[in-house]
Amino acid sequence: MPLVGCGWTGGPLSALDPAGPQARAMAALWWTMLAAAAALFVLVMALYLWALLRPEAAARVPPRRWILWGGIFLPLPILLPLGAAALVLGEAVLRPAGTEPFRVTAEARQWHWLFSYPANPGAAESVDLLHIPAGRPVEVTLTSADVVHSFWIPRLGGKIDAIPGRETRIVLIADAPGSYGGQCAEYCGTGHSFMAFEVLAHPQEALAEALAPVPSAPVPSTAQEPAR
Amino acid sequence: MTNPPRRQTASDATQTAAAAGAGVSDPLGLGSDPLALDAALRRIWATGPGWQRLAAVNHSIVGRRFMVTALVFFAIAGTLAMLIRIQLATPDSGFMEPGLYAQVFTMHGTVMMFLFAIPLFEGLAMYLLPKMLGARDMAFPRMSAYGYWCYLFGGTLLIVAMLAGAAPAGGWFMYTPLSSKPWSPGIGADVWLLGITFVEISAISAAVEITVTILILRAPGMSLDRMPVFAWYMLTVAAMMLVGFPPLILGSLLLEAERAFGLPFFDPAGGGDPLLWQHLFWLFGHPEVYIIFLPAAGALSTLIPVFAGRPLAGYRAVVAALVAMAFLSFGLWVHHMYATGLPHLSLALFSAASTLVAVPTAVQIFAWIATLAQRRPNPGPPAGPRAPAPVSAPVSVPMLHVFGFFFVFVMGGLTGVMLAIVPFDLQAHDTHFVVAHLHYVLIGGFLFPMLAAGYHWLPLITGRAHDGPAARLGFWLVFAGFNGTFFVMHVTGLMGMPRRVHAYGAESGWHWLNLLSSVSSFVMAIGFAVILIDAVMTLRFGRKAQADPWQAATLEWAVPALPPPPYTFAALPRITSRADRLEPRKIAPLLARGEGVLGLARNGWMETVGVTVAGGEPEQIVILPQQTYLPLWTALATGAVFLSLLFKIYPAAILAALVVLVLFLRWPVGEHAAADWGAMPATAGGGAMPAGEGLSLPLSSEAPVPPALWALRMLAVADGALLASLLFGGLFLALSAPGWPPPLWPALPRAPGILAALALAGAWGAARMAGRAAGRAAGRAAGRAAAPACVAALAGNLAALAACGWMIAALPPLQTHAAQAVLAAALIWLGLHALIGAVLAVNALRRLASGHVSARRRIDLDLMRLWQAGLLPAGLVVLGFPAMLRALAEAAAGAP
Ligand code: HEM
Ligand SMILES: [Cu+2]
Ligand SMILES: [Cu+2]
Repeated sequence: MPLVGCGWTGGPLSALDPAGPQARAMAALWWTMLAAAAALFVLVMALYLWALLRPEAAARVPPRRWILWGGIFLPLPILLPLGAAALVLGEAVLRPAGTEPFRVTAEARQWHWLFSYPANPGAAESVDLLHIPAGRPVEVTLTSADVVHSFWIPRLGGKIDAIPGRETRIVLIADAPGSYGGQCAEYCGTGHSFMAFEVLAHPQEALAEALAPVPSAPVPSTAQEPAR
Repeated sequence: MTNPPRRQTASDATQTAAAAGAGVSDPLGLGSDPLALDAALRRIWATGPGWQRLAAVNHSIVGRRFMVTALVFFAIAGTLAMLIRIQLATPDSGFMEPGLYAQVFTMHGTVMMFLFAIPLFEGLAMYLLPKMLGARDMAFPRMSAYGYWCYLFGGTLLIVAMLAGAAPAGGWFMYTPLSSKPWSPGIGADVWLLGITFVEISAISAAVEITVTILILRAPGMSLDRMPVFAWYMLTVAAMMLVGFPPLILGSLLLEAERAFGLPFFDPAGGGDPLLWQHLFWLFGHPEVYIIFLPAAGALSTLIPVFAGRPLAGYRAVVAALVAMAFLSFGLWVHHMYATGLPHLSLALFSAASTLVAVPTAVQIFAWIATLAQRRPNPGPPAGPRAPAPVSAPVSVPMLHVFGFFFVFVMGGLTGVMLAIVPFDLQAHDTHFVVAHLHYVLIGGFLFPMLAAGYHWLPLITGRAHDGPAARLGFWLVFAGFNGTFFVMHVTGLMGMPRRVHAYGAESGWHWLNLLSSVSSFVMAIGFAVILIDAVMTLRFGRKAQADPWQAATLEWAVPALPPPPYTFAALPRITSRADRLEPRKIAPLLARGEGVLGLARNGWMETVGVTVAGGEPEQIVILPQQTYLPLWTALATGAVFLSLLFKIYPAAILAALVVLVLFLRWPVGEHAAADWGAMPATAGGGAMPAGEGLSLPLSSEAPVPPALWALRMLAVADGALLASLLFGGLFLALSAPGWPPPLWPALPRAPGILAALALAGAWGAARMAGRAAGRAAGRAAGRAAAPACVAALAGNLAALAACGWMIAALPPLQTHAAQAVLAAALIWLGLHALIGAVLAVNALRRLASGHVSARRRIDLDLMRLWQAGLLPAGLVVLGFPAMLRALAEAAAGAP
């Protein structure tokens, strides 16, 4: 089913066009829930229209049964497994197990992202451009210099707020080298729409080179500004 | 400002002239001429023409005003929505610049939520409840009027600010620090904080009034389990408002204090925390969504049975479901904060609770389906107010909107369950997917049901019959336009379109969908225009409605005429079965002839019956206040307080607050309460008052628990919620904000703390003694007997107030750390309450002196006693708060 996501629902910021295991899990969750919700919607509407238009037939079901079945026995068996799946999936998505992550810090400020790589001495800071290795977990630690922002790379996974006075963290994985769009998701002032950034996932070997401070390195990207 | 409402009694001295005639002309009203009775009651209840309309307090008038004003605000917010859709129709739109766009979406959300949705259902409830419950008016008509003026002035303030280009621009939830001074230096954020608080006063007063009305102003015999289900809904909603609105009021006041005086409640540099605002806001904001949905659901639970010609299926299950929903809704707020980095396990807890709300929702949905299924095969009455209904239409216009509700709300509910799931929400949060979801829920769960309710009760409210192809056309346009507008937003959201962006690039892939959405929104707007024009035409040219056009089964249709006269019922019915299975057609003529309880006009009194809470046994005759300008003046003075705060003219604010106080002190005057009617010989018009049907009841001024005491109890709930939010806020900061414990603990001197505790205990003891002394004394001696104790209570409160001032003065500069700022806030709460205690004592002294207090009439003393009894424990908690805060902060710091 996720294949459906590749056609017209694609796009540089599309959560329906996942490019990492977490975003893929979230998209799969969405398609599953969509299928279930569509079925439920059709069921409830059919029952409603049946009761509305064919009361003679629908009246054979006593009210008690309507309420018990529709109100309790219908939702509970769906909600309980859904809740359990959400818990397991949430754990997997928020704390992916595996190799030692590549660490990055991101400071959000109106209306730019400043990325630095403290674990890689000598790496240059970059503005609105994030270099990461492909195929390896990346842990981004977020702070904010002014107001609340939200860090979001839809094709890799969910968002995390950057909150003044706090440090928040998110772990993401990109399957393959490439360029992914990122965007601030929390309203942060008049520049909010333009607070985009680009993520470049490099093959592990090429990462060091990308991080090296070349004279023209930290240039804000223009390739991936979706909200303009 | 939220002085306890006191005695609600007539203020018009001329009314006593009538009392000279010693009361009842025709005690039982039986056999009297219905026309004469109607004329006599109209004379007493009517609102005067011209300027006197500003003095209206009647629930039908005030309820209508609420609804009409809410619709005006809907039109304003709808226009703003159209501007949003124009802006987003094409990529790289230059229609609005980002600052203006921010004002527009902020005002759209704010006006829709605070100035449209809440006031609309308040107005409907105010209009319907007395009629459904078999009462002549709400319990506190002047509170209704005061609430209306506060709403109108607060709302106007916001709109005027917007027109002046100074609208708030931080989004309808005004997250800090974006809304804090450094990032919102203008006046816009202050307008939001103060304007909304002003409007919230109206909401709290409506909530108090709705609860008390439902609890005690019902027809004799209408026990709780016989109430029409709409009353259960509104009781639940009003209770939720009492608990749910105070966190926002508190948050707004704290943020305004931060903006105006630099108290760092939300500033991490000073021990504050932006997350505190988010918690306070959503602690209000989530229940708010249910507060908006439930009245609409109550309307559905009322009109679906009418259409089906059967009582609601599963009355008890529905009541249980809505109470469950009310409780659950207070445990869900964190699902708006999944992306703030809270531990996953606690998110999972809130996630589970959020999905569980689907159960009580489903119970109601299936109760409605079951009701429809039991529908009488061939519903006797035509589907419209006039026979014959169009043959082609299997459903009436209200039921068409009920269809809209089912279709849209079920979908919104399903996406709601999706959003409750943490991993999915982390993608969808803050995107247009959420915009889609919230409109599916609000328009499906509120707007369509309210339109259904509008068509259903239009004949009652306007006296005009309604039928119409135009109404059907309007519905289909709105329905199609709505789905076209919002369905695609699910997709744009998942394709990465964040909410609140004013522009987007063409490469995003969102542009066709956005164009579709914008075009559809104009279809929807045309639909609303059709509905509006049709409604106006109906009002102008519609035929007169016939009585009980839908063959309903609830009392609001048993009024003597459509629209109902100002006195509502000429006599109140005695209820012996469930009040949603009545036959208004049969009851109405009896009541109009005065056959029932209180089917009489005497002394110029506006009388209605008060009953016991559970059993609905008649207990007292409540005499309601005549029309008066007092609510208007009081609201104007309240507005002056807010304007002075807005423009930072603090002396003027204090002055205006004093005026408000003085005006409130004028509310209690009630001529009938100047005498012990119960102790007078019957020949003088006294004794227990005959109420018809062989009943004799005391006046509420002489009843053990008059409505005013109930009002104070309800207000105490809201007040307790306010204090609890404040204490929660402090403890939250101590536990989790950066910069704790403070470098220097704010040390408080012992002496004033002990003084305050003793003074509050003394005031409480004195208030009790005052009541006892008055109870023992005979006749007018009560005044002299109770006065010393009242003076003692006054002194106690003043001492407590002084002690609070002393402690606040001893705190280190409040701007330096949130610790002392929070302590100061708690002490200010306490000081203000001691001040109100002092005012209540002064009021009691005044009423003692004017002879309004006796062994039988002790309400002024009872209010004082109740106030002090609540203030003592609350005060001790506040006084213990500094130690609590310190212990917690140190424990948190000590923990690894
Ligand atoms: C009448 C048709 C309506 C249209 C076309 C409409 C359209 C919109 C749009 C496009 C947004 C998103 C703005 C953005 O994120 O940039 C929005 C936000 C919102 N709408 Fe509506 N809306 C309508 C009715 C309503 C109603 C009836 C309510 C509530 C009772 C409502 C409540 C809100 C709220 C609370 C927001 C969020 C505002 C914010 O982000 O601060 N809307 N609306
Ligand atoms: Cu931002
Ligand atoms: Cu932003």
